[in-house]
Amino acid sequence: MSDHVVSLPAIGGAGGLEAYGPSGPKPRHTFSRRNIFLYGTLIVVALYYLLPLYVMVVTSLKGMPEIRLGNIFSPPMEITFEPWVKAWSSACTGLNCDGLSRGFWNSVRITIPSVILSIALASVNGYALANWRFKGADTFFIILIVGAFIPYQVMIYPIVIILREVGLYGSLSGLVIVHSIFGMPILTLLFRNYFTSMPEELFRAARVDGAGFWGIYFRIMLPMSLPIFVVAIILQVTGIWNDFLFGVVYTRPDTYPMTVQLNNIVNSVQGVKEYNVNMAATILTGLVPLIVYFLSGKLFVRGIAAGAVKG
Amino acid sequence: MSKSERPSQLFRNLNAKIASIPMIFTALVIFVGGTVWTVFYSFTNSKLLPRLHFVGLDQYYRLWATPRWLISIENLLIYGVLSLVFSLVIGFLLAALLDQKIRFEDTFRTIFLYPFALSFIVTGLVWQWLLNPEFGVQAVVRSLGWTSFSFNPLYDSSIVIYGILIAALWQGTGLIMCLMLAGLRGIDEDIWKAARVDGIPTWKTYLFIIIPMMRPVFITTLVIVASNIVRVYDLVVAQTSGGPGIASEVPAKYVYDYMFFAQNLGQGFAASTMMLLSVIIVIVPWAYLEFGGKKRV
Repeated sequence: MSDHVVSLPAIGGAGGLEAYGPSGPKPRHTFSRRNIFLYGTLIVVALYYLLPLYVMVVTSLKGMPEIRLGNIFSPPMEITFEPWVKAWSSACTGLNCDGLSRGFWNSVRITIPSVILSIALASVNGYALANWRFKGADTFFIILIVGAFIPYQVMIYPIVIILREVGLYGSLSGLVIVHSIFGMPILTLLFRNYFTSMPEELFRAARVDGAGFWGIYFRIMLPMSLPIFVVAIILQVTGIWNDFLFGVVYTRPDTYPMTVQLNNIVNSVQGVKEYNVNMAATILTGLVPLIVYFLSGKLFVRGIAAGAVKG
Repeated sequence: MSKSERPSQLFRNLNAKIASIPMIFTALVIFVGGTVWTVFYSFTNSKLLPRLHFVGLDQYYRLWATPRWLISIENLLIYGVLSLVFSLVIGFLLAALLDQKIRFEDTFRTIFLYPFALSFIVTGLVWQWLLNPEFGVQAVVRSLGWTSFSFNPLYDSSIVIYGILIAALWQGTGLIMCLMLAGLRGIDEDIWKAARVDGIPTWKTYLFIIIPMMRPVFITTLVIVASNIVRVYDLVVAQTSGGPGIASEVPAKYVYDYMFFAQNLGQGFAASTMMLLSVIIVIVPWAYLEFGGKKRV
């Protein structure tokens, strides 16, 4: 491939998708046949992608009588926020009837420490791998990356045993550790690649000045790598918030994260199905990652692209 | 003198080694240790608790004689092949459309990617509602006058896996589109110019020049999608709970149910080992192609 790219070496580089915007001449003929086809297709597909979100919102604002009579796509005739209130504070899972709020706060208490711990561990790991290689470090790193492809189901039970041995099985701390472990491959990769791309002179100069491992990390690397930390935070907040499997395996009913509780509320077999409450609960659970997504914009894309393409 | 020399080998870079303890622990104890442990115990007849009573390949014979496992495998194959094909094709087409120097590119990309930010649980529940036979798409089409219209995947065991596929594609194609778009943007503009000068139609340029050039992107995408397919679990739990009956069971759910509900650990271990095996079948050829020739990781 490289023999084609003799000219203009600056363009063919690792710029990726957002470094350069669309280039070339401005498009002409706004209403050409090609444009009608192009935008028509894109708009139809976009509507299809938005439809479920729309239906969720609309359903959650209707009363049950209206749902039974009407069509799921029609907008509510009478807007009611009761389903939202009920989903948040009094929907039942089994014997508990205190709504999704408990799951929400559990998820908060799981997500915040997990994000901090996993990023702290992985950034230091990545830094050690990039700048302080020791013998065997790369071997462990390769095992870590290959391990990211092992199905979780293979490792679930041994971790149950380990957590039981140290007395953390069923507790939130246990789950935090599990999230930190399984976040490690992708995050370490992310940080290692970022730190490797930083100029080496910087590191050497700091060493000459007598800074040690932690000194360089905290005074030079950390302040210079804020963007990658933001990417990592976005990646982890959405990933951990959306987790279901680890939540259901490593916590107990009173410490279930929001996703597990949501599933229990909606798929419970007892009682009359209240679709509006179910949809309100579903939106509430999806709200945190959605907000993160819409606020972070291109950084989200960068996070998944950096993680995925190089994985 | 020699006293201060000898420990220096072990204590050189001491801080880096201390900082890497969590990584080393994860790599050796969890990833290698955990995997070996599970494979090892899959040859025992552990029930409620792991026991070292070896029964050879008994668990595997029993596994492959269990209808539920066979259905799980069949579902995984159908779901896997179709979601690979469709997500690659749709993802690439969307990326190619977005790559036409259009306006509002960011808006469209935001819309196509937002489902990816949602969990599989949320995805499964939304599509459970949309495909609800009494109120969902089927009811709406019927109310428009087409009364014999029938689209009820979630309660029809012969097509339930397609209902799950629809939800999975809605959630996941945005990611594929982003990866493909990054690949398309990485292609040198001069190639497009050369193709245009030669008068090659756009679709031919894509098919015979661009796609072959994007081979690495396709391969990485393939590996990512494939290893996610094997893991599919939450979506099924949320959307159908494996039903109707056992029609939409998948291997990951089999493992979980046997380990934590049926108290039949041995079966769970054997099933998870089979999952591992299927991932190895996907990963090893890829790793060989990708890293076999070069000595670079």
